[in-house]
Amino acid sequence: MPRAEELRERIEQALPGAQVTVQDTTGGGDHFRAEVVSDRFEGLSRIQQHKLIYDVFGDEVGGAIHALSIKTVTPSPAGDGR
Amino acid sequence: MTNDEIRSFIDNAIKENRVMLFMKGTPQQPACGFSMRASGALNALGVKYAALDILPDPRIRQELSDLSGWPTIPQLFVDGELVGGSDIVMEMFESGELAGLLGVEQPEEGEPAEPEQPVGQRPIGLENRLN
Repeated sequence: MPRAEELRERIEQALPGAQVTVQDTTGGGDHFRAEVVSDRFEGLSRIQQHKLIYDVFGDEVGGAIHALSIKTVTPSPAGDGR
Repeated sequence: MTNDEIRSFIDNAIKENRVMLFMKGTPQQPACGFSMRASGALNALGVKYAALDILPDPRIRQELSDLSGWPTIPQLFVDGELVGGSDIVMEMFESGELAGLLGVEQPEEGEPAEPEQPVGQRPIGLENRLN
């Protein structure tokens, strides 16, 4: 069963240097929310940013991972208020 | 219906409807919290949109994701282009970008029809009605 910690590690491996937090939103091991801060997102559309994260998990999204909610942030001096 | 027929049906739906939402359930009766938020945002903006329930046949979702390259539901298309899933739709709704894209006024309250609530606190069962 996928766990939040495992998901976090896999995102970090795919996007070296990224700051990643993953929450198991229901505690059931199949609904997750990932927040990823990475300079790899620079210049990409939101669609492309989210696809980078989905691509880490391939067919598992919609399968073992029922739901993966994503928030992507590009580090910038202005920040996004967080 | 063959897979090819399903694919061309989806393709046409995207081309023929300026605002096209693929979702689980219907805007009147969403079958998933994520689909509910996406259709709720469109409802709050008061735009006309077409919606297709992907649940009746699992091949609809398969063909849609093959076509769009996007693995999850809902999926919102505007002017034939994939805008995103529920996270992106909600971000763009809250920032006013979605209203801009659709050429409508941002509602004064700035609140979606469906109040924001963490997924984990939603009633269990609603979003688990997967095929």
